[in-house]
Amino acid sequence: MDRETRPPALKPLADKPLTVIEPGKPWKMNFPDLWRYRELFYFLIWRDIKVRYKQTALGIVWVVLQPALTTLVFTVFFGVLARVPSSGKPYPLLVYTGLLPWTFFSNAVGGGANSLVTNASLITKVYFPRMLIPVAAVGARLVDFAIALLFLIPLMIYFNVKPTLNLLMLPFLILLLTWFSVGIIVWLSALNVRFRDVGIVIPMLVQLWLFVTPVAYSSDLIPRKFQWLYFLNPLAGIVENFRAAILGSDFHWTALAYSTVITLFIFVQAAYFFRRMERTFSDII
Amino acid sequence: MQPIISVENVAKRYTLGKTSARTDTLRESLVDFARAPLAMIRNRRSSSTETLWALKDVTLKVAPGEVVGLIGRNGAGKSTLLKILSRITEPTTGRVELYGRVGSLLEVGTGFHPELTGRENIFLNGVILGMSHRDIRKKFDEIIAFAEIERFIDTPVKRYSSGMYVRLAFAVAAHLEPEILVVDEVLAVGDLAFQNKCLGKMEDASLGGRTVLFVSHNMPAITRLCSRALLLESGRVVMDGATNDVISTYLERSFSAGHSREWVDQSQAPGTEELKLMAVSVMRQDGSVVSTATVAEPVLVKLVYVTTQPSLKFRCAVVFNTQGTCAFATVEPTETLHDKPGRYTSIVKVPCDLLAEGEYMINVSIFTSRGIKQHYVQLQNVVALHVYDPMTGDSARGDYAERLAGVVSPRLEWTSEYEGPA
Repeated sequence: MDRETRPPALKPLADKPLTVIEPGKPWKMNFPDLWRYRELFYFLIWRDIKVRYKQTALGIVWVVLQPALTTLVFTVFFGVLARVPSSGKPYPLLVYTGLLPWTFFSNAVGGGANSLVTNASLITKVYFPRMLIPVAAVGARLVDFAIALLFLIPLMIYFNVKPTLNLLMLPFLILLLTWFSVGIIVWLSALNVRFRDVGIVIPMLVQLWLFVTPVAYSSDLIPRKFQWLYFLNPLAGIVENFRAAILGSDFHWTALAYSTVITLFIFVQAAYFFRRMERTFSDII
Repeated sequence: MQPIISVENVAKRYTLGKTSARTDTLRESLVDFARAPLAMIRNRRSSSTETLWALKDVTLKVAPGEVVGLIGRNGAGKSTLLKILSRITEPTTGRVELYGRVGSLLEVGTGFHPELTGRENIFLNGVILGMSHRDIRKKFDEIIAFAEIERFIDTPVKRYSSGMYVRLAFAVAAHLEPEILVVDEVLAVGDLAFQNKCLGKMEDASLGGRTVLFVSHNMPAITRLCSRALLLESGRVVMDGATNDVISTYLERSFSAGHSREWVDQSQAPGTEELKLMAVSVMRQDGSVVSTATVAEPVLVKLVYVTTQPSLKFRCAVVFNTQGTCAFATVEPTETLHDKPGRYTSIVKVPCDLLAEGEYMINVSIFTSRGIKQHYVQLQNVVALHVYDPMTGDSARGDYAERLAGVVSPRLEWTSEYEGPA
């Protein structure tokens, strides 16, 4: 092998993108990088979905089965036995419309908070914007959510609930729900890299969270003077309005405003926190 | 020429001890959790507790198309440097500028998922390594052919044998085409034939004008691929130069064995009352001391010793070790009588076309085995020799360019003839 005759580099350097590596600045979001790695983002989502239903007999049916079975149990115990008031709507539909956003959120948090840790081998061996991992974990659940949402159609036909113009709010509510979930998961997943306690606390936290969110009941049950406190939980506003959009009842505009502002705040905080922690991920994970 | 990689004063500090330790028990976790906010603030303030500088003041420039080997002992900072260049970890201080895409191969099979099939993993792994979906589809057939797993392409990789798994993983990585390729010790996978194939692929990459940074403990591979090498020691670049020189220095430093060893003070010299070893050296035919030799030249090992008593009968032995085993041992054919006390020299000539490419550590001993075996001198790793093949075609390998296995590489005669129709 003659090393002297090696051809020179194919293109002049000026044509190639320059990468500068320096000690990082957490307040700078690297948007071009996020865009450049979009294909990886899709593949991470694709992998999550693919792997979850590998070697299962029912596969994607579980996406509908999970909220449907919960609806059944809730209906029997809360609706029939405990007679939880349902504001004049069919109780099963009240529960299912609450469970849709809730299942999405709780599943996303459950898997998403551990996502960085379970992908430790990627983080220590290849570069890509780390934020893609928790965000893709949410993205994968969004696909499940969409499928479970379709199951509403036969349910609404069965209970004879007609769609109203309120449905127009649905895209915004889904966006808000996703955004809130991303904020929480980005924050928790980064914290989990440093403190594995997060993984332990989450199942408990999610369980408690279910009771302070209007899933099995309507927020009308909450006394008026405590509603401001109740709606500090951004999920309460999202779930209640999600239900209103589908069942055609009145929106809780104040609650929605609360949820939007708090979501925005959490998201900005989470993104900053993540960027700050990100620098040490590969060293401490 | 403008460098494609330019590293300026890069340093990397790791904090040791409690802060980086994993918390394993719930109790510990709760204590940590309670302290969490405080601890995080404290860490930022006083990081002097216990720190390790994995890299310090590393400055280096690499021209486009250069293939640079990084060598050094474990913990010298080679992998940390690669991790910084591939943006996996951030430098504590300093700055790096890179032109073009960087492909890093710090491990084979990064991101492989056991539940997914070979086909699915090729796409997943390819995208993780930075290839586009389109590129992967274009090279798909080439990849499975390289990995030799055509039949199992739709089987989940958890059912693969470890060999198949590794071959597939390397095949994907080998088809990466970035401007800068950063490779850690990943060539030591698979069987010998597959290793050769990988090495060949690396050679193609370097011949294709790609810039490659290559970490390996496989010195023949470094010699083969790299024209330039860097020696790292405790996080610093201690030498930067032609590969053969750097490898020799590395051997000298890491085994504290160089091309020669001399004991000036006779009382400190190894040996017994009657006999002291004064010097050992590796030389060329012309008597010049060398640490590097080509496979095509003879090498002399010279032992200098002093006897203090008359009528000593003994013989000298020299052992060449390489790749963790003994390549060969050679002894003086007879025990000779050393009548007069004084200074003696024994030289053994290792002919050309015997040593294989690689590093040899040389042991020497002087002993008698008449009656009870008695060692006067018995020393391990006294001197080292780095042997390489200049690839001129005039060696045991002829024009065969790939790796030749074995601890020696004798030049043997081959004949073949036509015996008639089959």
